[in-house]
Amino acid sequence: MQTRQVELVVMRFDPEKDREPWFQEYTVPCQEDWAVLDALNYVKENIDTALNYRWSCHMMVCGSCGMMVNGEPSLTCKTFIRDLPDKIRVEALENFPIERDLVVVLDDVMQKLQQVQPYLIRKDEPPPEDVEYQQSRAALAKFKQLTLCINCMCCYSACPQYGLDSNFIGPAALALAHRYNLDSRDQGKSQRLDILADHDGVWECSFVGACSEVCPKSVDPAAAIQQMKIDGAIEYWKQKLGFPGGGS
Amino acid sequence: MQHIRADVVIVGAGGAGLRAAIAIAESDPDVEVALISKVYPMRSHTCAAVGGAAGVKRPDDSLGLHFDDTVSGGDWLCDQDVVEYFVEQAPRELVQLEHWGCPWSRDEDGSVSVRAFGGMQKKRTWYAADKSGFHILNTLFQTSLQFPSIKRYDEFFALDLLHEDNHARGVVAMEMRSGLFFHFSGKSVIMATGGAGRIFPFTTNGAIKTGDGMAMAYRAGVPLKDMEFVQYHPTGLPGTGILLTEGCRGEGGVLINKNGYRYLQDYDMGPETPLGEPVFKSMELGPRDRLSQAFWHEQKKGNTVETAWGDCVLMDMRHLGAQKILERLPLVHELALSYVGVDMIKEPVPVRPVVHYMMGGIASNIDAETPMAGLFAIGETACGSLNGANRLGSNSLTELLVFGKRAAAAAAAFAADSNSPADESAMSVQAEAVVARVRGLLQQTEGTESIAGIRREMMSSLEEGAGIYRDEEGTEAACKKIAELQVRTAAIEVHDKSNVFNTDLQSMLELQNMLDVAECVAEAAHARRESRGAHQRLDYTERDDEHYLKHSLSFRQAGERPRIGWLDVTITRSQPGVRDYSGDKN
Repeated sequence: MQTRQVELVVMRFDPEKDREPWFQEYTVPCQEDWAVLDALNYVKENIDTALNYRWSCHMMVCGSCGMMVNGEPSLTCKTFIRDLPDKIRVEALENFPIERDLVVVLDDVMQKLQQVQPYLIRKDEPPPEDVEYQQSRAALAKFKQLTLCINCMCCYSACPQYGLDSNFIGPAALALAHRYNLDSRDQGKSQRLDILADHDGVWECSFVGACSEVCPKSVDPAAAIQQMKIDGAIEYWKQKLGFPGGGS
Repeated sequence: MQHIRADVVIVGAGGAGLRAAIAIAESDPDVEVALISKVYPMRSHTCAAVGGAAGVKRPDDSLGLHFDDTVSGGDWLCDQDVVEYFVEQAPRELVQLEHWGCPWSRDEDGSVSVRAFGGMQKKRTWYAADKSGFHILNTLFQTSLQFPSIKRYDEFFALDLLHEDNHARGVVAMEMRSGLFFHFSGKSVIMATGGAGRIFPFTTNGAIKTGDGMAMAYRAGVPLKDMEFVQYHPTGLPGTGILLTEGCRGEGGVLINKNGYRYLQDYDMGPETPLGEPVFKSMELGPRDRLSQAFWHEQKKGNTVETAWGDCVLMDMRHLGAQKILERLPLVHELALSYVGVDMIKEPVPVRPVVHYMMGGIASNIDAETPMAGLFAIGETACGSLNGANRLGSNSLTELLVFGKRAAAAAAAFAADSNSPADESAMSVQAEAVVARVRGLLQQTEGTESIAGIRREMMSSLEEGAGIYRDEEGTEAACKKIAELQVRTAAIEVHDKSNVFNTDLQSMLELQNMLDVAECVAEAAHARRESRGAHQRLDYTERDDEHYLKHSLSFRQAGERPRIGWLDVTITRSQPGVRDYSGDKN
């Protein structure tokens, strides 16, 4: 298999030694089918064992390996060398504190995922334990795309609003809330509304759409947030006017 | 060292660990759970499971049939009491996930859909497109967020068990962010750390699957059971080892050799079935061990296709059509396109067998109890003997749920009944010794060996000596090689001396864990002089029930090769018989 010499320019940072991040260059003989992650693994195995980054599945589903590649938030296992120039800059995801090298601190987004109550909320009793809910294919299709989020956090890195104000709940967590709101088995929409319609919720989004552009799974959080704004407004008036069914 | 006390300490937050944590939290919110994981829960390797989870669903199916398929699929090395409990609980657990919001794929009438899978005589595999494990894991993780009694310790790397008088008392773990060590005390401990596919060079397993829990238990004197049984999945993408799910064949994909011939009919899995009309338990729906072995023979005969990544056979899906492929197998379609540049709608995809799953693991029973009091084990890290000598595809996701829940009940009961408090000072001394071991690794300078170098040698010695086919000489060579590597690791220098997210140190610790697991795989493969399921010996080609209808147990002996013991198989109603994967009977 053919190889190509690539200059990998990698962000380094050790809080025990460094006051700010710096860059280190590695020359990597890349095979033609490699992703950026494979090049990093080559460095780790053969050049510099002290380089640090997260990865696991190498099949676009665990969400560990989100990084900036030539300035774009990217899942490095699905960002291929063949699509990139001979000089590749790899940095920690933007908008996050750097923990070490390419590893970012995820506390804030982990807390936000929890905050939106991403689980089925029922007011009525669920069916008996051996009986499933019936859910039509059309009902599943309403929210299915939103279930595909792998929490790689590329969307937070791309989001200008989150960059300005990290109180903003942000794309992945809002999309997750919407996923449950749209699930025909869920009755928690009004309960989530307090959080989502709060000043750090959907109204903070300035609809730049950068989140959806970088999403490696085509989840389209931007569209979800716009739908939630409409839903939120309708819900608000329903509750205000005391319409029956408001809040379910 | 910071000391954290909990009632139940769970190590591993994949499908099994999360299911156990939720079960404990639901049954009693006053039971404190410490859930330790070396990665954020949604990164756990459960996410990579593709095809689905087995549980009887349709009226033409029965628990008895699921039992029979599992026991014959496991070549009668399953403990049948475990299988009986499993098939009975499976449907309820899958409905439970549905009640928690799992986005299962649906039939026209709105009920959950099931698909065909290898070795199963009925459609009983529940699936969520081709991201079943991903959806199960995320449903469990998201559901777990509502329980305040579950305290998570994400990115804490568990180092060793604390124990006294064969009684588990907790674990020591290192927080990756700070490099600080934590002493976790638990009245009971559940190991749910997943498998160890990374001991082999070519595997579907993610980087995190380094057998940490197995090695921790083994070092604490707990035997590992049936470690010689390593499952090769027949259809991995060459190069990366990415899995192309059995669902591909369940939906009607076929395997052909370089002549376009459906070669499985030559290996007792014929007659050839019509294209696009798969027949249960025959041809492409044969079990994984048989299909992987058939590849080995085709390769010997020169019938494989040469590719840039080595010899392959071809999986042909073209007759399924674009719509079915994109609706049922969208991830697989994308993976093949991205990683080997093949659009399966238009061309057959090159595939080859790839290490996928460890049937063996920490010796455990129907209650997930291990031989150590207070230590429980579930999921791939355990060997509760559901899977015997060969796991059927889609049984393992359900296993996480059924035995995650059962272990939760057993571990919580053990914690509630515990009336022999730990010797705290002795446990602290033990914890300090673990810390000293790890600090010692950082202090080593001027190493002559490398982590990557030893790891490569370990992988290739296992592939050569304990791969799809084995023999006396090859397994002996692998045993010797692993023993040699155990010694040579002492000469590795960990170059990164930082306390913060030090993956150089983590890789070193994982390598030590992998070598411990590897020595058991090689030794048990050497000791079992018969062929059964995934363990095939060229020098002992037949199953030998007279001598080997037994589980192997690998016991650690410091500084020496492991000692192998044997344990009877539990048989309730199915005497060993012939595994029949010819389509004729249907």
